[in-house]
Amino acid sequence: MANILVKNKYLILRRITQISVMALYILANAYGVNFLMGNLSASLVLEVVPLSDPYAIVQMLFAGAVLSVDVLIGALIITVFYMTIGGRAFCSWICPVNIITDAANYLRRKLGFNQIQKKQPATRYMRYWVIAISLVISFFMGVAAFELVSPISMVHRGLIFGLGFGWATILVIFLFDLFVLKNGWCGHVCPLGGFYSLIGRFSFIRVNHNVDNCTSCMKCKVVCPEDQVLFMVTKESKPVLSGECTNCARCIEVCDDDALNFSIKNFKQEKKNEVK
Amino acid sequence: MSNINPSIKKESKMKTSRNEPISDRRRFFLKMARATGLAILGGLTWSAFVDEVKASQLTLRPPGALEEDDFLATCIKCGMCVEACPFDTLKLAKPGDNKPLGTPFFEPRDIPCYMCPDIPCVPICPTGALDMKSVQNEKKELDINQAKMGVAVIDHDSCIAFWGIQCDACYRACPILGEAITVEYTKNERTGKHAFLKPVVHADVCTGCGLCEKACVTEKAAIFVLPEEVALGRAGDYYIKGWDKNDEKRLENATSKENTTGINEKSAIDSLNSGMEDLY
Repeated sequence: MANILVKNKYLILRRITQISVMALYILANAYGVNFLMGNLSASLVLEVVPLSDPYAIVQMLFAGAVLSVDVLIGALIITVFYMTIGGRAFCSWICPVNIITDAANYLRRKLGFNQIQKKQPATRYMRYWVIAISLVISFFMGVAAFELVSPISMVHRGLIFGLGFGWATILVIFLFDLFVLKNGWCGHVCPLGGFYSLIGRFSFIRVNHNVDNCTSCMKCKVVCPEDQVLFMVTKESKPVLSGECTNCARCIEVCDDDALNFSIKNFKQEKKNEVK
Repeated sequence: MSNINPSIKKESKMKTSRNEPISDRRRFFLKMARATGLAILGGLTWSAFVDEVKASQLTLRPPGALEEDDFLATCIKCGMCVEACPFDTLKLAKPGDNKPLGTPFFEPRDIPCYMCPDIPCVPICPTGALDMKSVQNEKKELDINQAKMGVAVIDHDSCIAFWGIQCDACYRACPILGEAITVEYTKNERTGKHAFLKPVVHADVCTGCGLCEKACVTEKAAIFVLPEEVALGRAGDYYIKGWDKNDEKRLENATSKENTTGINEKSAIDSLNSGMEDLY
């Protein structure tokens, strides 16, 4: 039992952070414990520090909104945090949709849907197209286009302020990931994930691959929701530098050979590599 | 045989037969065309949806909300106004409410706005979609009476006061008693000896809080709040109350944009002040 807990420590930690962030929001709304007010679009920590979703802010700027200093500061704090420390950690450590898509992906593996559908009929670049389209629509329609349709907002807002038909959204994402496209929502479509991929590539915290320990069992690639970022596995010792890695640490947990670990990005070494 | 072969070759060159590899250049163009086409497909579907959602007009916003278009662009849908509201008046639009998703609104017949003097929902707004300036008086103090959430409208046919039955529920419920709703005496010609006590809403004072709608005794409220944009008409710049000095101020910045004739290029007021010389 203790073994399982240690083995899955990151997974457990992730679920704890995801759930406790939601719980803090719910406490603020339902009981007035104002530690963390608002929701993932914009919040207020301890009634002082503003936080806001930088992708929403970009869309609102495209929509022509005149924004207050508060939300701009909030977006800056979030951007700097993920750019320097978190990487794309929002997706696997905060976002509640991650729990839904992880569940779909788990069932896909365990029930064998991956065997009957091996072809992935879509490109992961789709999310960057979705970002571009969302900005064009925001500009022409004068509203933050993705915020009006975002299943992420529907889910977290639903949990905090009342779900309505939001359960249908949850089901749609679940079924889409289970039956249509592996890692469909988080890994292909979601423009917020795409946005954090773009800013997360600069962060210090990286998964590092040590090829000397690797036994080519490929468990990491099976479990990784963005398996293209692990291209170096079995080939060379190298950190995962792609911003599309969500720092979920699932690969580290399934590796029985200590070939994958968290590391701090070494800028000197990276430069050396570039020179080569 | 030798006659047929060249013709097949010729045809395949023109049509790109199924198995013949296509050039990288062509592959690139095809991929770009496909991606662009799909982007347009998705983009148009998406904008059609956004347009539909934006079109829903009958939404009552919290006090201090910007004009609907600006409000939709500026609201980040964080729900902090909802959390600040002590009466649970404000709600965030859920899927199924048929309102722009995640934006705050209220339904007065359910829970009206109780017009808190400190207006907690407005200063908390992080984006300025709820604008403090619009609910401040001349002394820069928060003043909920400045709010314009909507305006109450009376359906004369279902309002029992218009039947001759005495009811002043809305008048009594109004937080700006005697100003936003007044009661008008008229003679009941049907009986010849009774009076009508008809409620009259004064749109310039009414804040749209909806306490009257909540208080209305009829089965479905005969007085109800609508957004100003929906409930009110507009006389336009061509009509002024000549007896009202303040009404003339409306014309200070009046210009006509639609006409291109010599007279109308200038502002309407200039044209009127010119003594109409330019007409002749």
